[in-house]
Amino acid sequence: MSTRALEWIIERLLFLCAALSVLTTAGIIIVLAIETVAFLREVPLLDFLTGTEWTPLFANQQFGVLPLVVGTMLVSAIAMAVALPMGLLSAIYLSEYSPSGFRRVVKPVLELLAGVPTVVYGYFALTFVTPLLQQVFPTLSGFNALSPGLVMGLMILPLVSSLSEDAMRAVPQGLREGSYALGATRMQTALKVVVPAAFSGITAAFILAVSRAVGETMIVAIAAGQQPRLTGNPFVPIETMTAYIVQVSLGDTPQGTIEYRTIFAVGMLLFLMTFTLNLISTWLRERFREEYA
Amino acid sequence: MRKHADLLFQLLSLATLLLALAALGALVYDIVSDGAGRLSWAFLNSYPSRNAENAGVYHALMGSIWVLALTAALALPVGVAAAIYLEEYGTRSRVAKFIELNIANLAAVPSIIYGLLGLGLFVRLMGMGQSVMAGAATLALLALPVVILSTREALRTVPNSIREGSYALGATKWQTIWNQVLPMATPGVLTGLILALSRAIGETAPLITIGALTYIPFAPDSVWSRFTVLPIQIFNWVSRPQADFHTNAAAAILVLLALLLTMNAIAIIVRDRYQRGVRA
Repeated sequence: MSTRALEWIIERLLFLCAALSVLTTAGIIIVLAIETVAFLREVPLLDFLTGTEWTPLFANQQFGVLPLVVGTMLVSAIAMAVALPMGLLSAIYLSEYSPSGFRRVVKPVLELLAGVPTVVYGYFALTFVTPLLQQVFPTLSGFNALSPGLVMGLMILPLVSSLSEDAMRAVPQGLREGSYALGATRMQTALKVVVPAAFSGITAAFILAVSRAVGETMIVAIAAGQQPRLTGNPFVPIETMTAYIVQVSLGDTPQGTIEYRTIFAVGMLLFLMTFTLNLISTWLRERFREEYA
Repeated sequence: MRKHADLLFQLLSLATLLLALAALGALVYDIVSDGAGRLSWAFLNSYPSRNAENAGVYHALMGSIWVLALTAALALPVGVAAAIYLEEYGTRSRVAKFIELNIANLAAVPSIIYGLLGLGLFVRLMGMGQSVMAGAATLALLALPVVILSTREALRTVPNSIREGSYALGATKWQTIWNQVLPMATPGVLTGLILALSRAIGETAPLITIGALTYIPFAPDSVWSRFTVLPIQIFNWVSRPQADFHTNAAAAILVLLALLLTMNAIAIIVRDRYQRGVRA
């Protein structure tokens, strides 16, 4: 075989490997869509999206996904209430105040938080944080949205902090110097110049963090309970979309039944939610990159 | 007044940062104090049991190692090949741009969705059953974006003069990549692979979704065996109400974290070795 033909073949093979990622996306959409369509043939879309009771595993089957969606949003909101302010303040400290030696030591340690397997966080939420919170709130149930939400916030914090810090460090030094020259303190410079200048990058980080929170599974599967419930009360057991998928997967649900199809329908909803968030986040980051290019 | 506000704000930011680190400390302390006493050779060598004191993680540890090795074998060649294409061949084409955007999005898809893909595609459609192979294939898809992104970074650090020198000697594009560029990028590629694997080793949700077992009295003996992994065993134990099983879960977490640390240590050593080799 001539060298040129060999080169051509190799290039095609490499291209196929790269294209596999597109096939993966297509595969996800097709697999989810097939079962979702079969599911929607039995349950009207409107009932699925607006129903307030989710009991596919009981004798009286109801397929209203709202309790799972609200449970997911409740836990994610608690997680963001932790990760957003703490992540942003940590990023401001690391980017605007910290001596570089301190930053070199602290940043990798902070990133360890992101490397801890999520099942470990689940254990921590159930056996440490929940009992601790029960001393403050005696009415807190053993399974609840609060504790996994807080722990999830801790898990997401490094993501918020490191992406926000990157965005802030990309702000040209000249803007800071201009602010100092006008007599502003470092706090005023950080909050009124650097954060606004890095705003789209920081927003992109937040949105990506929300997407992570919505898709997080093990922490909630372990510590939030398995009771789909339409409530905003963080003290009682709930169930998220991801935890429901785990619950059904643990059982022996035969293929082709409506119970089996529910996990794909819920998965489709989850995929669409996170995919939209990811697209917005990518778009914001692209825009940000152009600003100071 | 302004100075005070500035100082207060600085302290608040620092306190927030330290609070996050303290939480990490609490997590480590909680797990070590719960689980360290349970660790022993017997714990590493025993199969699961209804009796918490006799139960061990041998089957799960072996399952994790099988799945991880196979995941690496699947994700490394495909990931590196994809990265080479995007970085060395198709950099400017519209197709490459689209693939890039797609990879960035895939990296942020929740892992449980990959589990549903694995269930529909590998377990059912391709008939792999709930085997080590199906689990590894699922995790390999999950690991691919990380391998691709880090390999691209590594390829980018290879100076262009190396490529030009090779072309000047009459080498073809592939000869240049295979003989010059890849060897220089190897430390970065391996570091990225281990990074991806250390994420894969902690993954629980996708493997539960494809139907990996939560109770299994044997270790896998081929890629078609059914299996469980450490995180699933941990999940199984932590889900039981008895405190003794929670102790087991904490001890198993320590085993998992030890495995994670070992992998990262290997990554550092490998990178060191190679870098010395390249310089010499």
